[in-house]
Amino acid sequence: MSGFRLARGGLIDRSRPLSFRFDGRSLSGFAGDTLASALIANGVSTVGRSFKLHRPRGILGAGAEEPNALVELRSGDRREPNVKATVAELYDGLDASSQNRWPSLRFDLLAVNGLLKPVFAAGFYYKTFMWPAAFWEKVYEPLIRRAAGLGRASGLPDPDRYERVFAACDLLVVGGGPAGLMATLTAGRAGADVILVDEDHRPGGRLLADGVSAGGMDGPALAAQLVGEIRSLPNVRVLSRTTAAAAFDHGTFIAVERVADHLPLPQPEMPRQRVWEIVAERTVLATGASERPLVFADNDRPGVMLAGGVSQYVNRHAVSPGRRVVVATATDAGWATARDLVRAGVNVAAVVDARGSAPRGFEDVAAEVAVFPAARVDRTLGRGKVEAVAIAQAGGTVEVPADLVAVSGGFNPAIQLISHFGVRPTWEPAIGGFVIGGPVHGIHPAGAAAGRYDLAACLADGARAAVAALSEIGRTAAMPDLPSIEPGPHAAGTAFWKPGTLRPGRAFVDLQHDVTAADVDLAHREGYVSVEHLKRYTTLGMATDQGRTSNVDGLAIMAALRGLPIADAGVTLSRPPVVPLSIGAVAGARTGHHFRPTRLTPIHAWAEEQGAVFVDTGQWKRPQYFPRPGETSWLDTVNREVMAVRSGVGVTDVSTLGKIEIHGPDAAAFLDRVYANRPSRIPVGRSRYALMLREDGFVMDDGTVARFAEDRFAASVSTAHAAAVWRHMLFCQQVLWPDLDVSLAAVTDVWAQFAIAGPKSARVVAALVDDGDPVSRESFGPMTARELTVCGGISARLAAVSFSGERAFELAVPASAGDAVVRRIMRAGDEHGIVAYGTEAMAVMRIEKGHPAGAELNGQTTAHDLGFAKMLARDKDHVGRVLSQRPALNDPARPRLVGLKPVDPSTPLKGGAHVLPAGAAATADNDQGWVTSSAYSPTLASHIALALVTRGPERHGEVVQVWDGIRGSVVQATIAAPCHLDPEGERLHAG
Amino acid sequence: MRITCPHCGPRDLIEFTVLGEARTRPAVAVEDLDSPAAVDAFAAYVYDRANPAGIHREHWFHGFGCQTWLVVTRDTLNHAVLAVADVREERP
Ligand SMILES: [Zn+2]
Repeated sequence: MSGFRLARGGLIDRSRPLSFRFDGRSLSGFAGDTLASALIANGVSTVGRSFKLHRPRGILGAGAEEPNALVELRSGDRREPNVKATVAELYDGLDASSQNRWPSLRFDLLAVNGLLKPVFAAGFYYKTFMWPAAFWEKVYEPLIRRAAGLGRASGLPDPDRYERVFAACDLLVVGGGPAGLMATLTAGRAGADVILVDEDHRPGGRLLADGVSAGGMDGPALAAQLVGEIRSLPNVRVLSRTTAAAAFDHGTFIAVERVADHLPLPQPEMPRQRVWEIVAERTVLATGASERPLVFADNDRPGVMLAGGVSQYVNRHAVSPGRRVVVATATDAGWATARDLVRAGVNVAAVVDARGSAPRGFEDVAAEVAVFPAARVDRTLGRGKVEAVAIAQAGGTVEVPADLVAVSGGFNPAIQLISHFGVRPTWEPAIGGFVIGGPVHGIHPAGAAAGRYDLAACLADGARAAVAALSEIGRTAAMPDLPSIEPGPHAAGTAFWKPGTLRPGRAFVDLQHDVTAADVDLAHREGYVSVEHLKRYTTLGMATDQGRTSNVDGLAIMAALRGLPIADAGVTLSRPPVVPLSIGAVAGARTGHHFRPTRLTPIHAWAEEQGAVFVDTGQWKRPQYFPRPGETSWLDTVNREVMAVRSGVGVTDVSTLGKIEIHGPDAAAFLDRVYANRPSRIPVGRSRYALMLREDGFVMDDGTVARFAEDRFAASVSTAHAAAVWRHMLFCQQVLWPDLDVSLAAVTDVWAQFAIAGPKSARVVAALVDDGDPVSRESFGPMTARELTVCGGISARLAAVSFSGERAFELAVPASAGDAVVRRIMRAGDEHGIVAYGTEAMAVMRIEKGHPAGAELNGQTTAHDLGFAKMLARDKDHVGRVLSQRPALNDPARPRLVGLKPVDPSTPLKGGAHVLPAGAAATADNDQGWVTSSAYSPTLASHIALALVTRGPERHGEVVQVWDGIRGSVVQATIAAPCHLDPEGERLHAG
Repeated sequence: MRITCPHCGPRDLIEFTVLGEARTRPAVAVEDLDSPAAVDAFAAYVYDRANPAGIHREHWFHGFGCQTWLVVTRDTLNHAVLAVADVREERP
């Protein structure tokens, strides 16, 4: 193939030359070129090497179906592999490289793979895996990784922005060719909300590529007229450079808009790509059809090109991909290409038609070229590219010199989007292709996508589909006047490879995955005859082009080998996406810290001022510890914070705790059904520990419930379970017991909440409370809960609740007052040496006290396991009541909560380590439980842990091994009660 | 996929959380809560799922909307949503 720029014509702007580079060579093209058309204009014929066999490959087509011409575009952190040169718009400074060649496109050392063909035959992946493992790892995998790659990813962070947007419409039209434009216009004139998505930058589809005329206009003029009116309609949105990539239930489509791919760099604030999620009441699928290549020996040689692609290059881009052309066709479209070439002044050496005679309507072409009826191309000849074509017909084979073979083996309607619903198309012999008969899931195929290839039929069909689709949603649209067009010749036949005609040389079916007719034959001989097996065994159609140019040829060959009609051999479905999507587009803006929302508590700014180190707890940022100058490790800090609380007073932020208000005449009855104990017995002004089960009897969450009035409660639930408990409580209210008169409100973010803990905490709290409300041991003992005001009229809730085991209070104030109140707390506590403490110190103190938390409330533990069996009220129904009593959930042999203390107090116990009997081997049979939480206790000057251990409560005092196979340690430890400190709870009553 | 919430109108799937088949919690008298029949009834309620190929009544929660539990009647064969109701209004 030796392409060149035509002197005239085309939709290019010859006043805007663009320079670009391909494999380091400086070349030039014009605005309106694709990378492929510009390469053709510069006479470049070989643009890459094939995937497995490293054979030189040229450009096959001119659109999104391209299997061969994949390049790496741009460089550095913007390098993008596997870009189709046929759809990449040329821009000034474009830099592209060929892929899959080493060390260079011309001298590819791995072309030796071509000599290893038996290794890469059908079933290669499966057969190779059966070889010795070492051989695979040391020899084959490295070789294959080098040999069988597609392009290279940049390996660097993507510097560009991506967006995701949502849209809804009455009618989505996919495809901006003649059928799509007419559908859009018809629906737009009727006032419907229409979105037209078109993958090209310029709407028109084949109107821009085929040498058609309609009503005295050529194709581009007709397209311009239709687009002009469409753009004048305010109810129509046209999305160019946009591909509908996937279809989902209920009219939902994903489309990707290539906003800046045609620019050297995105403009400031411009996303590179934008993903549209479009919900459409109805859809017209006007996605056209892909042309099928012909399968013959050495049909992959650069210079073999789809006829429709040749027409597009000639008519739209004003380049001819060859100087002397053989057209090999089974369709009238091939003849139209021959006519386009003749009109452009390109020498057409022959038209080879698999059918019996030249079709009517092309007498002008037949008069100027040699015609070979009832003939086929046997093979191509040439070194590195096509130099001659061997044509076989009844009388024998003749060789015709040529540098371009334009092939047309029929058309495949582009019905991938409907295929996403699992809808199988049917074979339509009249057009030699698979079609979807009528509307499915609200999607109406129209035009070439429905197997109608004539321009007049496409225009009419687009209008008809829009009228039909709108009528289904109760809208009326009128059929437009259509341009007067002579119905043209448009017969589309088939010409599949016939078994028994195998020649030396390789006849390729799937060019991107290097699957040949011989591979299909081998799969047949080895018994992989179902189309699904054929696909997986040979990898036919499994490349990034999803087999658009190969699937039907492959299954037609299999059908012939099996002696079946194509209709009976089956057809594979395609999955989304229709075209490869960049990972960046899928992620959209959700990268880095935008991956999920960040929730900050009302006193975050104060904690930052205090130098807090924060930890992520779900979406929350919580202060983990507050380091001070001179502290050399986090452990120094945490030890100081713990000792300060245990000996004086500390304050920590517990705003993240889930908070739910329960209000109404039946509030107490409701809580008795939600919780396993009896919140109804909580007196007004008190709070109580409360345990929540799932219906299967396992523990869901724990927390406290405070009662502020007969009919008004506030539940505190753990940070991690806040959303799930809220959803569960609403389920109880709305689904299980809708007859109870109770209202719920989620108020987690409404309150800023602090724990003020330590023997001096009551003195700090007393200084905050207005009107001298006493908080003495007598007036405000443990579990008291009251609404009052603090700091001069700030409404507050105060509860004497302790997680640390010390005399402690939880103070909640409106979120807006949180920052001011925490500063008042610090000032009031100054004389008592108050410290701010974080989640680490809180965790140390709760482990010292043996309170279960996240690692123990893991969804697999029962009240019995955690030592809470006595809390279960059996004289009422509640969620989990019946199934919690099952014997297996109360089996003493279950892993149950205990404390662990290392025999040597300085040896750490590590979370996740296994508990084994003393002297037992570390086997699964001997495994008796695991460490759930561990800490260093500065109070006890010892490492300590909580664990779930088989028959744990019966084994206090026993020395066991704590085996950590991952970090490689075995520690001797003594089983004890979970509560390591102050088991009588005397500290609660201090101050 | 879209669900037409009776309170909020047609909304995208991402706003909802599905719980599973809409079943009815057994009603057992307090004195019978420890009976084998009660355990059987609750075990069936918690663990037995019909998993039909066809019409399925399901509980869905409109968490990014009106905070309502819904009964969604769906055809599992074609994902068609046949009916959506507030669970407090809907009675099978
Ligand atoms: Zn709703």
